[in-house]
Amino acid sequence: MRSNLEPRAPWGLKLAALLCVLFLHVPLLLIFLYAFTTEEKSYQFPPPAYTTKWFAVVWERQDIWDAIWLSVKIASIATAVALVLGTLAAAALWKSRFIGKDYISLLFILPIALPGIITGIALRSAFNVADIPFSMWTIILGHATFCIVVVFNNALARFRRLSGSMIEASMDLGADGFQTFRYVVLPQIGSALLAGGMLAFALSFDEVIVTTFTAGTGVDAKTLPIWMLDELIRPRQRPVTNVVAIFVMCVTFIPILAAYYLTRDAEHTAGAGK
Amino acid sequence: MFGRDFKMTLSNATVAVRFQDVSRHFGNVRAVDAVDLDIARGEFFAMLGPSGSGKTTCLRLIAGFEQPTSGHIEIFGETAEGVPPYRRAVNTVFQDYALFPHMNVLDNVAYGLMVKGVDRNQRLAKSEEALKLVALAGYGSRKPGQLSGGQRQRVALARALVNEPKVLLLDEPLGALDLKLREQMQVELKSLQRKLGITFIFVTHDQGEALSMADRVAIFNEGRIVQVGRPEDVYERPQTRFVADFVGSSNVLSPDFTKACGLGANWSSLRPEKIRVLSAKEKAARDVVSFPAQVTSVHYQGAITRINTRVKGDQVLSVSAPAAGLALGDKLTLAWPRSAMHVMGGEA
Amino acid sequence: MSDHVISDARGGLFRRISDWIFRRPNAFLILLFLPPLLWLGVVYIGSLLALLAHAFFSIDEFSGFIIYEPTLSTIAQLFNPANFDVILRTVLMAAAVTIAAAIIAYPFAYFAARYAKGKWKALFYILVMLPLWSSYLVKVYSWKLILAKEGIISWVAAKLHLTWLLDALLATPVLGGPSLSISYFGTFIVFVYIWLPFMILPTQAALERVPANLIEASSDLGGTPGQTFRHVIWPLALPGLIAGSIFTFSLTLGDYIVPQIVGSSAFYLGQAVYTLQGTAGNIPLAAAFTVVPILIMFVYLSIAKRMGAFNAL
Repeated sequence: MRSNLEPRAPWGLKLAALLCVLFLHVPLLLIFLYAFTTEEKSYQFPPPAYTTKWFAVVWERQDIWDAIWLSVKIASIATAVALVLGTLAAAALWKSRFIGKDYISLLFILPIALPGIITGIALRSAFNVADIPFSMWTIILGHATFCIVVVFNNALARFRRLSGSMIEASMDLGADGFQTFRYVVLPQIGSALLAGGMLAFALSFDEVIVTTFTAGTGVDAKTLPIWMLDELIRPRQRPVTNVVAIFVMCVTFIPILAAYYLTRDAEHTAGAGK
Repeated sequence: MFGRDFKMTLSNATVAVRFQDVSRHFGNVRAVDAVDLDIARGEFFAMLGPSGSGKTTCLRLIAGFEQPTSGHIEIFGETAEGVPPYRRAVNTVFQDYALFPHMNVLDNVAYGLMVKGVDRNQRLAKSEEALKLVALAGYGSRKPGQLSGGQRQRVALARALVNEPKVLLLDEPLGALDLKLREQMQVELKSLQRKLGITFIFVTHDQGEALSMADRVAIFNEGRIVQVGRPEDVYERPQTRFVADFVGSSNVLSPDFTKACGLGANWSSLRPEKIRVLSAKEKAARDVVSFPAQVTSVHYQGAITRINTRVKGDQVLSVSAPAAGLALGDKLTLAWPRSAMHVMGGEA
Repeated sequence: MSDHVISDARGGLFRRISDWIFRRPNAFLILLFLPPLLWLGVVYIGSLLALLAHAFFSIDEFSGFIIYEPTLSTIAQLFNPANFDVILRTVLMAAAVTIAAAIIAYPFAYFAARYAKGKWKALFYILVMLPLWSSYLVKVYSWKLILAKEGIISWVAAKLHLTWLLDALLATPVLGGPSLSISYFGTFIVFVYIWLPFMILPTQAALERVPANLIEASSDLGGTPGQTFRHVIWPLALPGLIAGSIFTFSLTLGDYIVPQIVGSSAFYLGQAVYTLQGTAGNIPLAAAFTVVPILIMFVYLSIAKRMGAFNAL
């Protein structure tokens, strides 16, 4: 009885794993299927007939374009803020030792550890108390809060792989702090920052919960996920939502896959340099 | 104060690095404790000691990575404390080489010149020259990851030397190399230093390396310098038991035993290779000490065999002898000239 | 090159700043920390504390204004039958989702950790990462399609002549409903689906840390696969499952979108908070509700920490 040593998995385990993969992916594939259905009033399966006209419909819809543009603006600015603040936080925590460091690192992951609804309502009541009118900027503020965490984690992981003597070597060869950052530190953490930035962008682009709390009611409150949420609660042309869903999936998948390859390749090169 | 008597009195014009009562404390740990030291210009100087003895911290104080807690450091007569590393004409070869993995070899070597603003053609030409100096001409376009350990070491050397430093610091530079390469690099480093005439300061825990390469050696223990001198001085005439033991594993003889050999009641040291194994009919000559001994262990080491023996009382002596066919428990007579014994100071 | 070993203080602005940083490393550290600390420490933590403070205020029934006087009456309101129902329902749902996710995640994680090699391993990783990171709303939406009365589940049930089973399921008292997408079953399935990757990743990481030779040692000492699993693999994988459960539990507690889109009209904690702060304008009670998940998670995290789950994160 040494089945654990055999390289082949028991068929029951294989089947369970396969079912799990199907469970994870079939729903996403159905989104694609329903984008081509001719039925727009219900979710009838199988679709009675297929058409590509919904893509053209989406192309013509100004409200969707406005929502996309708003989401892109918010995600870009939130990512930019997060890149600066997250990198600063990682640089400061890397190598420094002081009392209470653990609490500070906990603080930097709290916005992701707590449910989004708590972050959202906390910020909302703070805006109310401080009499800040809701706008695109309040959404950005909310998004940046959790985007910082993503950048921080990525940057810190890479900083930790950066050999400390590299910075000393640069200073030793005559480079001041700024030159060392530009020529030695930045090139080596660059890909981690890019990956962190992409993940932050994807997160912000997709965020609903924090957005509903930090957004006002006007046109500059309707990000793409908020638009989708409205469609889910009060469906109109259902296949249009599917086309938008496909678009959202692509916008988030690409940066996530890119971030995966960026951080994976870096492990090889950083290891070889030592 | 202990240690001050090691200070060679050099005139200011010949001092490369001067430590005056320098301490560096990390919390309660006295990594460097009241060190006085003069290193001469053009000297090949070794700092030798076990790990944690303060030798690397001393090197980092010279490079500027650490600042002294107290005391005064001069480099070529100029005050060094408070001066950042990038303002010092001192360069370092790091233990892990610290080559920049995202740059090719040539850009690594040219880095120091680039940040100083030397124009591109000039700095690349100088860097090529530096690579030629360390026998790596033509390797410029490779990445550090594609080089062997020995080659990376040479790149690190070229990267430091291209800046024409007044002092070159080497932190255990040969530690990561295998034995054969290490011996070859020892010879090359030594001849390079002669050719360039730059002051080399070299940190190592390998006494063989220190003795074979350095003009002078400082031996560190617990943050202090316990002895400074030429290699033959520290080897032949250790001033403390620590030095005798650390440099070439001498036999350390107790005051009682030293007295029994006809010298004063002090600790003394005796090198294993000075001891002879007498055959039964041989008679000890005048001024030769001889004792009966019993073999406690035999370690075959190729060219020689190291034999540990027990002599009179608890005294243990180890002997380096050509392979002699001795076995555990054998009785024999050991003899050595009295002049081979070196009597140490009363302390430690 | 100059004759001086130490170059003097000339140089541009950058070099002067560098010198300043070199002489005052601690001041520089504080400067680095200041912006992120201001943002997270003051804006974020400040808002959180302000919110929690509201739980100890109350609201004037008639005017709807907040009375800024410390009181425990708002907290006490949580124990009204209606409010307590919401809390209980949410906690039970979170527990059920966590257990189901663990049961589904384990075989997958075990397979990926022990049997998948090289390229397959990378593929499995991506197969989990994609659903994890893909749009939350899209995922919820996909289940609305599947669970709809005219959707794929009903179709499959009809094809397999199992419509009676589906009907029986929907006829279950309390848990059932007119269709899967308006029942507790629906909410449950969607929650499990959405948080499943958060359970798989830490479990797989924990299983990967079980050295293969430990398993060999166990079977070498005569352990049957069952014994090996119970005494070697399970205890070592447990921290991973607990780490995963932190996510599934906490995320279910705080979610209010899923029950809004797929489910009966029964309220969950997140929805209660959302409506209370929004249309009802009762910030104190909303704040009191948010104290519940924070407290639950605090207790949960301290238990998890004691069981060594943090190393598996």
